[in-house]
Amino acid sequence: MKILVTGASGMLGREVARVLVSQGHEVTTFQRRPAHVDGAQDLCGSITDHLAVRRAVDGVEGVIHLAAKVSFTGPAAEFTQVNVEGTRHLLRASREAGVRDLVFVSSPSVANTGEAIAGAGAEKADPDRAHGSYSRTKAAAELLALAADAKEFRVAAVRPHIVWGPGDTQLVERVLDRAARGRLPLLDAGAALIDTTYIDNAASAIAAALHRMEHIHGRALVVSNGEPRPVGELLSGMCAAGGVAGPRWSVPGSVARAAGTLVERIWIVAGQKDEPPMTRFLAEQLSTSHWFDQRETRELLDWEPAVSLDEGLARLAAHYGGLPSYP
Amino acid sequence: MVAGPWPGVDPAWSREIDVVSTSEADPAGTERRWHLLDNGDQLAERGLTPRGTLLCVHGNPTWSYLWRTLLAAGSDPVHPWRVVAVDQLDMGFSERSGTFRRLADRINDLGDLSAALDLGNRVVTVGHDWGGAISLGWALAHPKQLAGVVLTNTAVHQPVESRIPPALRLALHPAVHRWGTTTSDAFLRVTHALAHPPLSPETRAAFMAPYRGPDRRAGVGNFVADIPADPSHPSFPALTGVSDGLRHLKVPALLLWGPRDPIFSDRYLKDLIDRLPHAEVHRFEGAGHLVAEDRDIATPVFEWLADHAADTAPSTEPSFAGSSSTADNDSTAAADPATQPFWMAMTARAAGVHGAETAVAEMSADGSIASSLTWRELEDRVADLTAGLHQAGVGPLSRVSLMVPPGVDLTVVLYACLRLGAVVVVADAGLGTRGLSRAVKGATPDFLIGITKALAAAAALGWPGRRISVADLPSVQRRALSVETSLAALSERGKHRARTALLPTPDPDAPAAVLFTSGSTGPAKGVLYTHRRLGAMRDTVAQTLQISPGARLVAGFAPFALLGPALGAVSVTPAMDVTAPRTLSAQALADAAAAIEATVVFASPAALRNVVATREHLTSAGSQALRHVHLLLSAGAPVPESLLTEVQRLVPSASLHTPYGMTEALPVTDISLTEILSAAADAMAGTVLGAGNGVCVGRPVHGTRVAIIPIAPDGTAPANTPGTEPGVTGEILVSGPHVKETYDRLWLTQRDSIRTSGWHRTGDVGHLDATGRLWVEGRLGHVVSPPGAALTPVGTEQAIERLHDVGLAAIVGVGPVGTQAVIAVVETIPPVRRPGLAAPELAARVRRAAKDVGTEVSAVLVVGAQPTDIRHNAKIDRTRLSRWAASVVAGGRPGRP
Repeated sequence: MKILVTGASGMLGREVARVLVSQGHEVTTFQRRPAHVDGAQDLCGSITDHLAVRRAVDGVEGVIHLAAKVSFTGPAAEFTQVNVEGTRHLLRASREAGVRDLVFVSSPSVANTGEAIAGAGAEKADPDRAHGSYSRTKAAAELLALAADAKEFRVAAVRPHIVWGPGDTQLVERVLDRAARGRLPLLDAGAALIDTTYIDNAASAIAAALHRMEHIHGRALVVSNGEPRPVGELLSGMCAAGGVAGPRWSVPGSVARAAGTLVERIWIVAGQKDEPPMTRFLAEQLSTSHWFDQRETRELLDWEPAVSLDEGLARLAAHYGGLPSYP
Repeated sequence: MVAGPWPGVDPAWSREIDVVSTSEADPAGTERRWHLLDNGDQLAERGLTPRGTLLCVHGNPTWSYLWRTLLAAGSDPVHPWRVVAVDQLDMGFSERSGTFRRLADRINDLGDLSAALDLGNRVVTVGHDWGGAISLGWALAHPKQLAGVVLTNTAVHQPVESRIPPALRLALHPAVHRWGTTTSDAFLRVTHALAHPPLSPETRAAFMAPYRGPDRRAGVGNFVADIPADPSHPSFPALTGVSDGLRHLKVPALLLWGPRDPIFSDRYLKDLIDRLPHAEVHRFEGAGHLVAEDRDIATPVFEWLADHAADTAPSTEPSFAGSSSTADNDSTAAADPATQPFWMAMTARAAGVHGAETAVAEMSADGSIASSLTWRELEDRVADLTAGLHQAGVGPLSRVSLMVPPGVDLTVVLYACLRLGAVVVVADAGLGTRGLSRAVKGATPDFLIGITKALAAAAALGWPGRRISVADLPSVQRRALSVETSLAALSERGKHRARTALLPTPDPDAPAAVLFTSGSTGPAKGVLYTHRRLGAMRDTVAQTLQISPGARLVAGFAPFALLGPALGAVSVTPAMDVTAPRTLSAQALADAAAAIEATVVFASPAALRNVVATREHLTSAGSQALRHVHLLLSAGAPVPESLLTEVQRLVPSASLHTPYGMTEALPVTDISLTEILSAAADAMAGTVLGAGNGVCVGRPVHGTRVAIIPIAPDGTAPANTPGTEPGVTGEILVSGPHVKETYDRLWLTQRDSIRTSGWHRTGDVGHLDATGRLWVEGRLGHVVSPPGAALTPVGTEQAIERLHDVGLAAIVGVGPVGTQAVIAVVETIPPVRRPGLAAPELAARVRRAAKDVGTEVSAVLVVGAQPTDIRHNAKIDRTRLSRWAASVVAGGRPGRP
C-alpha cells in the first residue's frame, strides 16, 4: 500500500513509518525537516502549507496523520493553526486526491476534563472542556476528522496514551532532567494509577489501525499498554532506568494545579524558551488516575502490546545505562 | 386539572373516570371524578392479555405516582399485568369533594370505583401507608376477586397499650394539625424527606404536583385527622374490622418493608406478620417509609406474582410448615433422628445412672468452678423455668432475644425456650452496637432476657420486647430498665406449677432459633432454624467429630457451647469475656479442662492466639490437664497453620480440627492439622489436580454435599447447574439436613440463596480438588474482575503473605467490572505509620509474588492494620478497603482505610 505518514520527525511518527516500511508498504514521510527513515521517501513541508499537503497526498492510498503542535504550553493561535487548520487541509486534500483511509493520531486528553479516569473507554472528544491548548485543538481536529468519515474515505482516530521510550524528549527526558535537578514533584504521594504506552506498542497499534479500517472507521480508540501503575512508581522506574535519583518531594495536587496555572501564565508572558517546571496539564496528568478499558481496542484492532511495561523500562535502562528494575 | 408529564409515568396511563358514590359521606347519587394510572388500554392495544390486576392504593400524602414502577413492569410483555393505581378522592388529581371522608367511606369509595372499572376475577391489592388499610378493606369485601395482597410500610392496628408514633402525634396535635397538613405543605415535605437516598428534584416535584395550594390539601389534613388514635375515634370500628378480618385472609401475601420509618416501625410489621403468618416478608435494610422509592419493589413483586401464578383461587394456605408437614413427610420424619427433641440426650442422661454427675459448669477467674449443675439439676432447672416462662406469657413461637453470656444460666434458659417452642433470637455483641441494635429491632422479639448490661442497652437504644433480667434486680433498677421479672423469680414460680409434660413437643418444622451472621459482608442477616434443622446440626456435629454422650468439652466458642447438653456432653465455660475471644488465657483454658477432665476443646482462632501468647504462665498442673485433650476444634475464621502448629505443642495428644461453615450451615467441611499439612504438600508438588489456590478446608462432613457453580469473567456465578469437577472455581453450594430453614424476613435473599433447587448458595467461592477436598478462595462479592478471567483473592493473598515483612494482605479491584485494576493492600511488619503507596522495592517484591501465582498487580498500597470485623477480628472489611484503595489510586488523599 502507498502510505503517507505526516509528522514523522517525532519519535512516534518515525516509529510508525519504520513499522510500515518493515511491513513492505511504500511509505512517504511528510514533515518540516527530513525524518531519515530508512526505506521511506522523505518529503519536507509544513502541514499548514496547502500546496505542499496536496502534493504529499497525491497518489496515496492511506494517510497516517501525526503532525501536530505537541507541547504543554505556548500561544493558543499557533495550536489552532497547526492542529485544527492543518488537519482540515489534510482531510480536504486527501479526500480530493482519492485517499481511501486516514488514521488520525489523537490523544486521550481530548476527552479529559480533569476528573480521575479509571477504566473508561474512548469518550467523545470535547474541545470546550478539554484542558490546555494542545488538548482543545486536538479535540476539535478529531471531531473534524471523524465527521469526514465516509464510505469511500474512511477515517478513524487512535489515541495512544502517554507514549514513551528511549530517546523520548516529551516525557522521559523531561522527567530525567527534572529529577536530576531535584525538581520533580511527587504529586499526592504518587499513588494515582497511570496507564502509558511504550513506543513500539503505540506504533504497532497505529499500523494495525490502518489495516482494520473496516472495523474501526468513524470511531476513536484509546491505545495503551493496559498496565496501569502508580505514577510514583512509574517515575521512579524511569529515573532508575535513566540512572538518576527518583522524585523526592510531594505537593498536594490541588496546590500544584493552581501553581501550574500561575507558572504557565508567567512563562508565556515572560516569553521563556524553556518549558515551565510544571503546567496544569502535567499536574493533572500526574495527580489523578488515567487508565483505560483496553478490551474493545484490542479486539477491534486485533492487536496486543508486544512490549510490557517492565520490558520497556529494561530497554530504557539499556539505552540510558541505568538500572533495569528493582531486584 | 391533570397535568404532566411526570418522570417515569407514560402519559397513556393517566385517565379520569366519573363514578356514582354510594359512600355515606356523599348525598345519594353524587358523582365523583377519579384520576388513576391504568395500563389496561395500553396492554389491549399491544395485544397482551393481562394475568390479573394489581389494584394499588397510595397513602397520605402521596398519590398514584408512587406505583409508577409497577405500571412499567406490568406493561412489560414478559409478565403483563393490568396495574390500576388510584388517586383517592380528595387526593392526587382526583376530585376535591369538600367532604370529610373516613376510613369506611374510603373503603367503600374504592369498591364503587372497582365496580366501575371491571378489574376481573384475579385482583392483587397493593397498599402503602394508610392506603394499606384501605386496600385490605377492599380485599376483605371482595373475596371472589381477591388473589393476593401486597403491603408496604403500613398498619392495621394500633395496640391499645402503646401510643401512636411521636411523628403522628405531633401531626395530630390540634395546634399543629391544620397548619402542618393543609395550610402549609410541611407534612408533604416532611414525608418526601423520608426517602433514602433523597428523592431527585424531579420526583419530589411530581409528588408535590397535585398538592399545590391549601385548597388542594384539605384531603391531606383530613386523612391525618382520620387516624384512629384510640377506641373512641369514629374510624376505630372500621379499622378493627380490617385488622380482625385479616386473620381469616388466606390468599398469598407479600410484605415489603423499609425499617427506617419513624412512623410504621418494625412493630407494625410484627403485627402484620402475626395476622398474616403465611406472608412472605422482606425487610430492605436501610430503606424507609417510602420503600417503593428507596428500592426496586417491582422486581420482587413480579417475581412473587410468578411464584404464585398457580394460586388463582383464594383457597390455598401457604402456611409456614405447609410444604413439609404433609403426610408423606411425616412418615419420613419418624425415621429422621433430627426430629428427636433437641434436648433428648439431656433428659436421658438426667434419668440415667449419670444423673448425679456434673452436666454444665462455668469457671471463675481464680480457677475454681463458679457454678455447676448435675444432669438432674439441669433437667429440673430447665423444667422449672419452662413452666415459669410459660406462665409469664412466653409461648410457642414467641420470639425471645437471649442476651446472656455463655454459661449455666444461658444453657438453662436456652433449653427452656426450645422446649416451650419459643424462637430464640441470638445476636451477639460481636456485631457492634449499631449492628446488634439493628438486628434486635429487625427480629422484633416479644421478650428480651438479658444481663443488666444488655437491659441497659435495650433501654437506651429502644429495643423491643418485654424485659426479663437474669438475676433479681433492686426495684429502682428494675423500674429504670422496665424489667418485669427475673429468671430466678420465674424458676421459683415454675417449681410450684404444673410441669412441662403438659406442653406439647414443638413441631419439628416450627421455627426454633434466629442466629445472626457476622455482617462482614453487609448488614447482619437473621438465619432461621427449625427444631428439625437444629437437631440435624447436633447430629452432624456428633457424627463428624465423634462426640458421644459422656464426652467432656470446654466450650470456648459460643455456638458450640450450646450444643453440649444436646450432645449429652459435659460442658464447661472457661473464665473469659466471651464477647472478646482474645481474653482466653492458657491457664483459664487449662483450669476449665482440669475441672471436668476435658477431652474436647472448642475455641475460636482469636482465643487460641491468646492461649499461645500466654502459655508461659501455664502451671505444670495446667499443662498436665491439657495433655488429656484428644480433640481441639477451632472455627469461625481461617486458622493459620502456624498457629495450629503452636497450639499442638500445648495439646500434644489432641487431633486439631478446623471445621469450615457459616451461620447458615454449621459445619460444612472438616479438616485436621495432619490433613492441612498434606494438602499443602500436594499444592506444592502440583501432583493433585486442583490442590492449591486457596485455603484447604477439607471434605464435606457427615450427610453433607458440596458443589460448585463456575464463576464468569465478570465475577458472578450466573449458572444454575452445580458440579464437582476438580479445579473449577466457582460459588460454593451446600446441601445437608442441617442447612438453615430460611433467612428471617428476607424473602428476596432467601429466594436468591436457594435458586439452585436443593442447595444453599453460600456466597463463598472456591474449588474442589481431585481427592474431593474443598479449597476456599474468598467471597463471591470480593472476586476481582480484571480483563480476561475473574480473580479470586485468597490464593494471591497467601502468596503475598509469604513475604517475611508482610502481615495480612488483601487483593481488591478498582474500576469497572471486566477491566478492573488489581490492587494489593498489605500490612507491613513493622506497621507503617502513614498508609499509602508502598515503596518501590516492596512493591516490586509483592508484584513478583503475585505474578508467580499468575496475578498482575497494578498498585501496591501499605496500611498499618487492615480494617477487620469485630466478631472474628480476622475478616477484612473489603468493601471499605476497596473504597479506600479506589480513592487513593484515583489520586485522592490516602487517609486511613
